[in-house]
Amino acid sequence: MQPIKILTANIDKPNSTSVDTYVASGGYEDARKALTTMTPDQVVQLVKDSELRGRGGAGFPTGAKWGFVPKNAPRPTYLLCNADESEPGTFKDRVLIEKDPHLLIEGMIIAGYAISSNPMAYIYIRGEFHYGATVLEKALQEARARGFLGKGIFGSNFDFDITVARGAGAYICGEETGLIESIEGHRGQPRVKPPFPAVVGAFGGPTVVQNVETLSCVPLIVKNGADWFKSFGSPKNTGPKLYCVSGAVKKPGVYEFPMGVNLKELIYEHCGGVTGDRKLKAVIPGGGSAPMLLPEEIDIPLNFDALMKAGSMLGSAGIIVIDESMCIVDAAWRLAKFFAHESCGQCTPCREGTNWIETVMDRIERGGGIPADIDLLKDMPENIAGRSLCALGDAACGPALSSINKFTDEFRYHIEHKSCLPGTKRYRRLDRPSHAH
Amino acid sequence: MAELHPDNPYAKDRFADPAKSVEFPPEAKKKFDYILTRYPSKEAALLPTLHLVQETWGWISPEAVHYVSSLLDLSPANVFGVVSFYNMYNQKPVGKYHLQVCTNLSCMIRNAYDIYDDLCDKLKIEPGQTTPDGLFTVTEVECLGSCGTAPVVQVNNDYHEEMDVQKMESLLEKLK
Repeated sequence: MQPIKILTANIDKPNSTSVDTYVASGGYEDARKALTTMTPDQVVQLVKDSELRGRGGAGFPTGAKWGFVPKNAPRPTYLLCNADESEPGTFKDRVLIEKDPHLLIEGMIIAGYAISSNPMAYIYIRGEFHYGATVLEKALQEARARGFLGKGIFGSNFDFDITVARGAGAYICGEETGLIESIEGHRGQPRVKPPFPAVVGAFGGPTVVQNVETLSCVPLIVKNGADWFKSFGSPKNTGPKLYCVSGAVKKPGVYEFPMGVNLKELIYEHCGGVTGDRKLKAVIPGGGSAPMLLPEEIDIPLNFDALMKAGSMLGSAGIIVIDESMCIVDAAWRLAKFFAHESCGQCTPCREGTNWIETVMDRIERGGGIPADIDLLKDMPENIAGRSLCALGDAACGPALSSINKFTDEFRYHIEHKSCLPGTKRYRRLDRPSHAH
Repeated sequence: MAELHPDNPYAKDRFADPAKSVEFPPEAKKKFDYILTRYPSKEAALLPTLHLVQETWGWISPEAVHYVSSLLDLSPANVFGVVSFYNMYNQKPVGKYHLQVCTNLSCMIRNAYDIYDDLCDKLKIEPGQTTPDGLFTVTEVECLGSCGTAPVVQVNNDYHEEMDVQKMESLLEKLK
């Protein structure tokens, strides 16, 4: 399969962030088309027909989500763009934000129109993306100056503007109700569902939260039609898709393919194979929350359904490659530490559980593990996953449980020999205290 | 009463000093007024206002918490709760250059811990501490979303990508 340039069509152009460059290649014409020739319901139907699924992690059908928004709700409807890209191994939205911000803005105009959004939408961008936020601010100013945002866009009676809201360093704000809480000025602690955000979300109004890449697909669908979009990928797993490859590969980076490129092909043909031509040990196919795959499991199309069937997930399409030289306990510990740090502390099973996973992994790595730790780790997800308001606890169990199930012998070796498996390497220094949570 | 650990939320320097008060300089006040126009409620302006506080003073002091709470009609406890929830709000002054080393898996595989350890050794500080000359603070941070160009070190607002120990050392020299 050859790489494509559809979502990334503009990113290599000189001055790719300027509105002039974007308009020169037909930019904002799709928003004009939607607002002047289609009804909101027609836009929703078109997106439903395209079978576009959310690119943020859950893969929920986008058109269906928009269809849930009640008409004539007592409070204004909100469109929020989720640009809180913080899943370990994921860096695709950053490329779109920093290189082609107008594509996202146009997507938001169309999405806002489709759900009859109130005149103010928000892009919630993670605080660390300071540069991305400045790019977006500038792009928004340009769009306002051209009349693409503001009152009565394209002569319609639709008013729409966008504000960039910066996060402040909390992974949990990428969870949609955590994001809503954060936009409202609270700690980003997820809400009880139901009610789902589409009914009661930000400021009490119906709310649609969509990932950057998802919204960037929308103008392309309006331009080329649902059938064109479905010509990429396979049924229910459609469209162009950005894949982020990082870790032990020769050519890491963002790659665009039709949905469902083969994982093995991606690593060995397009990314040049494993660093130093070492042997592959494991692959995390969908960001830090996704269960690991073994080398013999990677002959698989990278789409939502195939990975779910294989016991993992596409998630945010953040592919992290781990080579044979890495100690798997150390790798699993690092992800466990991430989730322990990022648990918002609201639900006890997740708050305590994520910390316990980290603690037990750490003591195994340090040579203080006991044989019962293996079963303890295998048993822990039972008490965490599905027992909290959001999916963070489940996410923490993904890499932890898969690593202990697939590399049980390596864990056992640590416990018996109090050292890493020969030929594998620990990257951190054990004498340096790990940063406090 | 025994001295409280400085990280303890009840430590003396965590309370606002009534003798000190802070106020936005005119430029920041203008930005604050603009922020208020972009949100449907005052409370929703809290995160951007705290960013503004940090831009203005470099950290969020207890006095600033009280100031923000009066600006937005919130309780200081509410504001403190938000400040302490989010990583990026500095609850203590940091150095002129805040060196934030990502050590999450993708960066770790590309030797981010070497950079992190070298920084701590070179600057003779522990993670989270500031050098005595007030120039550098080193912190370990979680995934910065730059895994394709790992390892990444964020210095204040700027990303420095594809780093290694040598590049970090020459950057350090440049900043000194």
